[in-house]
Amino acid sequence: MGKTLAEKILAKNTGLKEVSVGQIITSKPDYVLSHDNSSAIIGHFEKLGVEKVKHPEKIVIILDHTVPAASETHAKGHQKIRNFVEKQGIRHFYDVGCGICHQVLPEKGLALPGTVILGSDSHTNSHGAFGAFAAGIGRSEAAVIWATGELWLRVPESFKMVLDGKFGDYVTPKDLALAIIGDIGADGAIYKSVEFTGPGLFDMPITGRLVLSNLSAEMGAKAGICVPDDKVVEWLKGRTDADYELILPDEDAVYEREFEYDLGKIEPVIARPHTVDNLDLAKNAADVKVDQVLIGTCTNGRIEDLREARKILEGKKIAKGVRLLVFPASREVYVEAGKDGTLAALAESGATIMGPGCGPCLGAHQGVMAPGEVTLSTANRNFKGRMGCADAEIYLASPYTAAASALTGHITDPRSI
Amino acid sequence: MKIQGKTFVYGDDVNTDVIFPGKYTYEPMTPEQMGEHALEDLDPDFVKKVEEGDVIVAGKNFGCGSSREQAAIAIKAAGCRAVIAKSFARIFYRNCLNSGLFAITNSEIQEVVKSGDRVEIDLEAGKIYINGRTLDFPPPSSEVFGILRAGGLIPYTRERLASK
Repeated sequence: MGKTLAEKILAKNTGLKEVSVGQIITSKPDYVLSHDNSSAIIGHFEKLGVEKVKHPEKIVIILDHTVPAASETHAKGHQKIRNFVEKQGIRHFYDVGCGICHQVLPEKGLALPGTVILGSDSHTNSHGAFGAFAAGIGRSEAAVIWATGELWLRVPESFKMVLDGKFGDYVTPKDLALAIIGDIGADGAIYKSVEFTGPGLFDMPITGRLVLSNLSAEMGAKAGICVPDDKVVEWLKGRTDADYELILPDEDAVYEREFEYDLGKIEPVIARPHTVDNLDLAKNAADVKVDQVLIGTCTNGRIEDLREARKILEGKKIAKGVRLLVFPASREVYVEAGKDGTLAALAESGATIMGPGCGPCLGAHQGVMAPGEVTLSTANRNFKGRMGCADAEIYLASPYTAAASALTGHITDPRSI
Repeated sequence: MKIQGKTFVYGDDVNTDVIFPGKYTYEPMTPEQMGEHALEDLDPDFVKKVEEGDVIVAGKNFGCGSSREQAAIAIKAAGCRAVIAKSFARIFYRNCLNSGLFAITNSEIQEVVKSGDRVEIDLEAGKIYINGRTLDFPPPSSEVFGILRAGGLIPYTRERLASK
């Protein structure tokens, strides 16, 4: 019987001939990722009774959540992490300013096809864009991997999402991902591995695939894996010397459910407050006035996203009373957007250009909301209180829709600009 | 490993807020104190009736919602040794095993059980004995057994590292 991508990657990782759905295996992740929460993981690690981490070269720590430190408490956490990194000889440490972990880890050539990446962050799924099995885990689990190099995993059932056709103008992978979540629900893929494939996927740049894999977490999925192709190989050129294998699913692999999406039928959409599956068309929400627009985060802070915003905003001014915050996802993105004039064009339109990092997505700093306010965000979560205020509202959309809405002051279908 | 006890039967989509209310999540508590609040907003009688070895039987998507580890810890500290459900929310499932609480996926027991019935579970054999019926489930791997015997992932790992 044929095997899915998840089954084949996990079999390779464990050295078993094959693994099957429901089986509990001991995985040896190629990398274990954590961010500012590494200070809490250090606390768990210290209870395990060992001095040294097992494989310092497999630990990746990227400070991104509250960077630069938003308070003395955060600063102490960062300091504790830097001391631990130094003491343990952890090579893959990226300090304040390098960017968001789900952008920096791929940029450093660490997200490789056919590998297993576990991370103490729920959007670790993102790295599935490169054909890796990438999943979120708990903090105590990350501590155990630091100490032993291993963690148990249950082999998940898989859903297959076949993408075909081409997006219309101003329609993006973000609209597709939100549409899928609207269809299957925020619990539609709990514990599943969602496998994306088809001509529509292979046409899509890596940036778009990162959006799909990232948002698979909002379907409840354990992993969201894009079948890898030459575009992945091309993207990784110059970023890694490591050997890797493009593992593909078997033709006769068994899936629990299969879905087909025609990209030509997708329209600009939004997720209304307070759940990601509260889907509507952007054009149906023209009555919603926005106070703040956020372009950035691990979902949509990449160079292509910023260029899309520029396409809408260049030479124009955002609406009076709107605060537009732009967070390039990494230093690499920041530099590229600086060199090609994108940042200047956005700033001239009225945007505030912030440093690389998670920004206000998790409600800690850099754009926290007041009661009664509305933010339109390119992030992945719109839960009540997510951006620091339980009486504020968050709508989710693509960079095009976000930029168009900043221009008019209310939620706007970018095709109408 | 054998588990013997009485059952508490609940429905679908039991979320972590009713298992362990959010208002307690940032209060420092011992596992025993957490156990006093187990299932507080679902079944206030649970903590009064539960005894060592008891088993929760539920429908689909048990443990959905927040990732708080306290939900699994509270159920175990109250005395429960296993939860049998049609399906589990992913993070809750991991939290159960990592806290030493056995989570069994089975969709047959719900048809034959009512609250208070006696149940016996043989983990090695992968068998559930209930009201004259024998139901099967895939037995856990040796590693998961180790975690359950040690009482959770952190003590299991500590013991393993110490014995090396």
